[in-house]
Amino acid sequence: MQKSHHLSRNEFVKITVGALGAVIAGVVGIPAVAYLLSPALKNQALDAWVPLGPLDIYPVGEPTMFTFTRSRVNGWEKNVYSYGVYVYRKNEADVMVFSNVCTHLACRVTFQGDTREYDCPCHDAQFDIEGNVIGGPPPRPMDRYESKVEEGLLSIRLLEG
Amino acid sequence: MFTKIMNWLDERLGLRTIYNVTLDRKVPKVNWWFTLGSASLFLFVMQAVTGIFLTVYYVPSPDHAYDSIQYIMTGVSYGWLIRGLHHWGASLMVVVVFIHMLRTFFYAAYKFPRELTWLTGVVLLLTTLGMGFTGYLLPWNQRAYWATTVGTQIAGTAPVIGPLILGVLRGGTDLSAVTLARFFAVHIWFLPAVIGLMIGVHMYMIIRLGISHIPDKDE
Repeated sequence: MQKSHHLSRNEFVKITVGALGAVIAGVVGIPAVAYLLSPALKNQALDAWVPLGPLDIYPVGEPTMFTFTRSRVNGWEKNVYSYGVYVYRKNEADVMVFSNVCTHLACRVTFQGDTREYDCPCHDAQFDIEGNVIGGPPPRPMDRYESKVEEGLLSIRLLEG
Repeated sequence: MFTKIMNWLDERLGLRTIYNVTLDRKVPKVNWWFTLGSASLFLFVMQAVTGIFLTVYYVPSPDHAYDSIQYIMTGVSYGWLIRGLHHWGASLMVVVVFIHMLRTFFYAAYKFPRELTWLTGVVLLLTTLGMGFTGYLLPWNQRAYWATTVGTQIAGTAPVIGPLILGVLRGGTDLSAVTLARFFAVHIWFLPAVIGLMIGVHMYMIIRLGISHIPDKDE
């Protein structure tokens, strides 16, 4: 068969169908993927200073739990989320505020008065009183919040997203 | 490479046989009215796909139905498009399926040996209407609520068993969360299952018997 510079009818149809198919796949596929990914791509950034009350209420040397809630809109619903933080005053001057969320898989840790460590019940993780890993699977020490004391009032910076 | 893969698959799956039997069928000389069956099938697939996508966000509860749809329309990327396709596709599907039925009737295509194709087609028409009726309640807005109040009330006027039908449709005396939940279940499970099955039989008959030609004047 002689090679022609012109497209044969067969080739033309193939190319056209292929091109149209690609366009249609894009027109249908892109919205479909965007629709499914949509909530994950909407970043709900959070940066707020949360007051934890007067520093004086927290005893020195004893990690003390403080709880508060924040609300967030998810989809069509407003949800309230609980936060738990441990305020640990090493001495009169130094204060450390830890998140009680385990750095392993986000269960909640509890301070044990007798052993002087934070335990996570899910996978038997242990942190010492300053949040360092002393046992179990956590990949890093307990998360600490940036904190400040102004006119005797303690507050922490909540950063998310 | 591509041909090799295709040959390997074909040897095992018989793909070319499927292609020849389903798509390379011989058809009589027909007109555009004969495309309505394919159009109905296309619309069903489109409704199924967009419907599946809508269930990702829609919640069939009086507390959430309306708000979740508002979220689909304004909060989700292309949510308006998916719901729009489902909304308008629903109306279009009823129209197309109905005209498909008229075409079959006027060309006398329901006669021997195609009676079963016709009968399954009747089931398909009725289930399509059922999809429209159950789907209409799901937005849980005023129009949906009162349309279903009236629709179920009409069903309730049947002699003797009317009150029973009304109770079964509503799942109780009044329209409630129970009604919404069962309409949703029927809309996404029961009726699609029946429609899928009937489409299978319907298409098997078409492939087995071929489509009828346009009747001559002396037929």
